[in-house]
Amino acid sequence: MRRYFFRKLLVYGLTFFVAVTVNWMIPRFMPGDPVAGMVARANVTQPQAVAAMRAYYTELFGFDRPLWQQYVNFWGAMLRGDFGLSIWLFPTPVSTVIGNAVPYTLALVVPSVLLSWVVGNWFGAYAARRRALDNTVLPVGYILTATPYMWLAVLLAWGLGVVAGWFPVAGGYSFALQPTWSATFLLNLVHHWTLPFLSLFLVALGGWAIGMRNMIIYELESDYANYLSALGAPARLIRRYAFRNAVLPQITGLALQLGVIVAGALVTEIVFAYPGLGSLILKAIQNQDFFLLQGTFLFIVLGVLIANFIIDIVYVVVDPRTRAGMAGANA
Amino acid sequence: MTALQEAAPRPREGVRREALYFAVRNGKLLTGFGVVAVLLLAGLMGPLLTDVPPNQYGPRPMSPPSAEHWFGTTTFGQDVFTQFVHGLRSTFLVGAIGGGVAAVIGMFVGFVAGYRGGLVDEILSMLTNIVLVIPALAVLLIINAYLGLRSVALQGLFIGLTQWPWAARAIRAQTFSLRSREFVDLARMSGSGTLRIISREVAPNMSSYLFMTFILLFGGSILIASSLDFIGLGPTDAVSLGLMLQNATQWSALQLGMWWWFVPPGAAITAVVGALYVANVGLDEVFNPKLREL
Repeated sequence: MRRYFFRKLLVYGLTFFVAVTVNWMIPRFMPGDPVAGMVARANVTQPQAVAAMRAYYTELFGFDRPLWQQYVNFWGAMLRGDFGLSIWLFPTPVSTVIGNAVPYTLALVVPSVLLSWVVGNWFGAYAARRRALDNTVLPVGYILTATPYMWLAVLLAWGLGVVAGWFPVAGGYSFALQPTWSATFLLNLVHHWTLPFLSLFLVALGGWAIGMRNMIIYELESDYANYLSALGAPARLIRRYAFRNAVLPQITGLALQLGVIVAGALVTEIVFAYPGLGSLILKAIQNQDFFLLQGTFLFIVLGVLIANFIIDIVYVVVDPRTRAGMAGANA
Repeated sequence: MTALQEAAPRPREGVRREALYFAVRNGKLLTGFGVVAVLLLAGLMGPLLTDVPPNQYGPRPMSPPSAEHWFGTTTFGQDVFTQFVHGLRSTFLVGAIGGGVAAVIGMFVGFVAGYRGGLVDEILSMLTNIVLVIPALAVLLIINAYLGLRSVALQGLFIGLTQWPWAARAIRAQTFSLRSREFVDLARMSGSGTLRIISREVAPNMSSYLFMTFILLFGGSILIASSLDFIGLGPTDAVSLGLMLQNATQWSALQLGMWWWFVPPGAAITAVVGALYVANVGLDEVFNPKLREL
């Protein structure tokens, strides 16, 4: 088991290292002069101002120092939590801007991921080998997984928001309210949260249901299931064993799907102008705010790595074989 | 040996004929490929029918679908149908390039890691796992924003570069199970090189699996590309379905009730990707005798 965690942590550590290095490399090795690009974007015409900006940006990136030192400095600044200043919300530090957005994204992603996983698995397991139900769950599931996240979000916003008028379609809370811990404000938060949550939940649901259905069918055809039914075990019992075995690949699948789900959350937030990381990315791109974009990137990678590690721990808890050290080798 | 070689071609042809027999009788496969074929034809032929450039402003903005504008017009009077068929083209192109690049890398890494094993496998698997964990869209965002990649082909290429890991893992596992089989041992004993064994012995025995992997990569690339377009990092040299969705939401098509602007592009993406998934299930049933419904 120690070996299992050691390997996992090694991969995550290397991944983080690669992500930081990519983040450091891209502005430095992209074609053209990044400083010139940033100065040009500022639309300054006075020669003194241009010179001052050049000096400022060169100093900021540390372009005048040797490459290895730039790299070490980059890590140093990052470990101190210094991601630079946001250009869009100048002069707010990027870490503060991200810190304000993260709770919204987490509040959206965590419940929708967990609920869609649980409900999807339940649906899929229930539908498997029940012909009438299977014939409806399967097509609906395929349509849902094939739906682009933002399209379902747009449809929900239009149908339930604009046409029916049941839900607000923009923002994290009404602009008339001040963020407080009052009941009115919390209710307002939930009201704004419902549609983005629902759209994330629905798209993810289809994939889990299909995955679980296929796994259950596979498990019901396996030797132990046949043996149990030959012994005359009740179907309920066999299905319960099949479910336990089928859940394991679904846990691995959850880890593999995290990137896709996070991507879905980003575009869903953009549709609803929900004040999370997705909206930050949109603003960063629109305002050419590269520090903010890079900071958000690192934050997302870090979040996905932590979530992966949590899933690994859950896997060990759920699957006794990893604890015995059998499955560690091919993890 | 000669007897073996003479006998070899016959079963393969038999397998093919059998696969075809089940393929034309498989509803899922036919429906899936049928939907894809119709949309592909629309993407190929549609732009030839209308000679208006997709982004050209027209005299009648915001009009609902009519005989003249089949899918209505945008806030700027652009014909939604023209944009739609051009967008379909970009979608298929991005899927083909992204899926193709990812399939080639995934096959290379998967075959080499699975067949060679040992240290090569360790290193390649580590690389695969690293790329697998990094969220693809986040990387693509950074790369696109900085490099300003604004053509459909380059977008597809970079999507392919991030999409291959799961395919590599799956192919590695399959190769691993094939490499200790008798016919591979026989080829090795008769002195064939690694490349020859992989291309002649291993790959043909999992060709259906490889094809299905490509289909899934194709669909995945389309979905990622549409997200990138929607965030505002889409191609500038073409129209795409994701870009149409972006424009529709950016210019308040929702609030103005212009459903004809945002329903068709999303429906087309869903239809293409969903049809590919369903066709994939059909293919699985055709190639895997256990799953056939008789």
